Amino acid sequence: MSDAISEDTFKHLVDLAALELSPTESQYLLEQLNNQIKAIRELEKIPIDKDTPPARHGVPFPVPICPAPREDRVELYPHVDDLLSQVPDIEDRYIIVPDIPHTELE
Amino acid sequence: MELCDLPAFQISEMVRRREVSASEVLDSALNRIQLVDGRQGCLDPGSITDEDRKKVHAFISITTDKARAQASAVDKKIAAGEPPGALAGVPISIKDIFCVRGTNSTAASKILANFNSPYTATPVNRLEAAGGLVLGKANLDEFTYGSSNESSAFQPTPRNPWNTKHVPGGSSGGCTASVAAGEAALSLGTDTAGSIRQPASFCGVVGMKPTYGRVSRYGLIAFGSSLDCPGPVARNVKDVALMLRIIAGSDPHDSTAAVVPVDDYVAALEKNVKGKRIGLSPDYFKITYPVPASDSFQQQAIPQDIDQTVQHAAEIFRQMGAEIVEGVPMPNTRNGIPAYFVISRVEAASNLHRYDGVKYGYRTPGELDDLRTMYRKSRGEAFGPQPKLRILMGMYVSAAQYSEQYYMRALKVRSLIRQDFDRIFDPAGPYHLDALLTPTTPTPAFEMDAVYGDSVMMQYADQLTVPANHAGIPGISIPGGISSSGLPVGIQLLGPDFSEANLLSIAHAFETATTNEPWRSVKPQVLQ
Repeated sequence: MSDAISEDTFKHLVDLAALELSPTESQYLLEQLNNQIKAIRELEKIPIDKDTPPARHGVPFPVPICPAPREDRVELYPHVDDLLSQVPDIEDRYIIVPDIPHTELE
Repeated sequence: MELCDLPAFQISEMVRRREVSASEVLDSALNRIQLVDGRQGCLDPGSITDEDRKKVHAFISITTDKARAQASAVDKKIAAGEPPGALAGVPISIKDIFCVRGTNSTAASKILANFNSPYTATPVNRLEAAGGLVLGKANLDEFTYGSSNESSAFQPTPRNPWNTKHVPGGSSGGCTASVAAGEAALSLGTDTAGSIRQPASFCGVVGMKPTYGRVSRYGLIAFGSSLDCPGPVARNVKDVALMLRIIAGSDPHDSTAAVVPVDDYVAALEKNVKGKRIGLSPDYFKITYPVPASDSFQQQAIPQDIDQTVQHAAEIFRQMGAEIVEGVPMPNTRNGIPAYFVISRVEAASNLHRYDGVKYGYRTPGELDDLRTMYRKSRGEAFGPQPKLRILMGMYVSAAQYSEQYYMRALKVRSLIRQDFDRIFDPAGPYHLDALLTPTTPTPAFEMDAVYGDSVMMQYADQLTVPANHAGIPGISIPGGISSSGLPVGIQLLGPDFSEANLLSIAHAFETATTNEPWRSVKPQVLQ
């Protein structure tokens, strides 16, 4: 199993997570993550039978208690203006965002 | 006793019988807020003053106009002879993790501080349709990430009405504090690792985590989609039963809201506990804690105050004719937090990806050349440390090279936790319990600033509640006594899937049997 999260791995995670952090923040977060890894590594000590299934949720959801999917019918959302009123930068009902600079593919 | 201190069921009866108006009840609640709450949480609070330290600060926003309109509508319906609803005139606080149309629905985060919700969550809709008055949005740990309410971006954060030097618990700390202080008669919270039950225990109120899927999550800003459970908070069990009856049930907007009939939880309260099998497990009387400056974890006995409170409850049940089954093994209890560190973080990382500053919420100011810089700056500037920790850990343990070792392993441990409960509740099994009686928390409420900053210690505050979230089963915390430090101690009852009626009747029996015990007449500090 892995050891502590290295600074390089941390930087990679920060990049994947689309975060920008200050050096002080980074130091605190990395320390806390590595403390948490110690707790997570307690899982390694648990004997697990190979037939134990992964449980994506605890309560069984058999078909009788699952709601039926709704009819596949287009329903236009009635309050579009309420949604657009939340947009930080909008023009003619288009959401304005910075560009993604072009890069050459190698 | 003021109107706002009355139980919800009594308020509603009085309003429907025209003994008081909904508007009068609302005035009483607003006066109480004025008296005890202090300033609401905000992003730019300045210094925390000595005056702040004596107040409850349960709310981020108080929706006075909305509540007045609702009270007026209830009073008009009654005047017209129309049914006003089972919660007519009852003041309710809503954890600010629920979208409520026309309110800022902030998740206690800077990233949603300006988000004015265009729709209302299903449980809130149901409470409003039943005549409830939405007093305001209760403060919480940011995105529900925490067990003390201290991580909120909206400061001052809530304080424990029993002793304002102590935390109310979390993440539904604003909910439980508002109910304990008599500001609201009911509150709608959420429980992902114990976030209703733990603060309910800390604040001396009743809080229930229903079975996963019992209450719709539509409109609940998601943390852990396989763990989150909306649930009721009140000062007594009957009010919790009344509220659950209203919010529970399937919902076409939520495919995980189970199609299971909703029992009449209030009618079920009168069933007595004679013959019920209530278990005690030694695994819930040990607490696990990290050993400082080491990689190891140790176990020690739960504090005596808490042990004695649960034993006293067991004796009360025994006297009422229940069979107490001791020595029930729950060997995977101590694995709840390690598994939770993995599963909840993976789900949180996924659920937080949507906050990117594009369509709503906080966007970093200034002209930028690159969309990706906008994402990084917006998220970096507006998420607090707790969301950042969860995102980063979630990404780590679900990364391709680690997911088998961490994430899949944690999901298998979740199966083991579930099997512990299946074994003890199996009607054909050796224990065939109706409920398991445990302490709710490893300690009474700790002091403000005592634990915050240590994310592992903070998470271990939930070690006795989180197994129920992994397993999906229902659980309720009820006041069990007062500790030697003058702080409430809660006891927890856990039961099989969709056994809320049974748990509520057992809890109600305890509450009734202990009505005249001296600790029940002690009031929170802010009400003395």
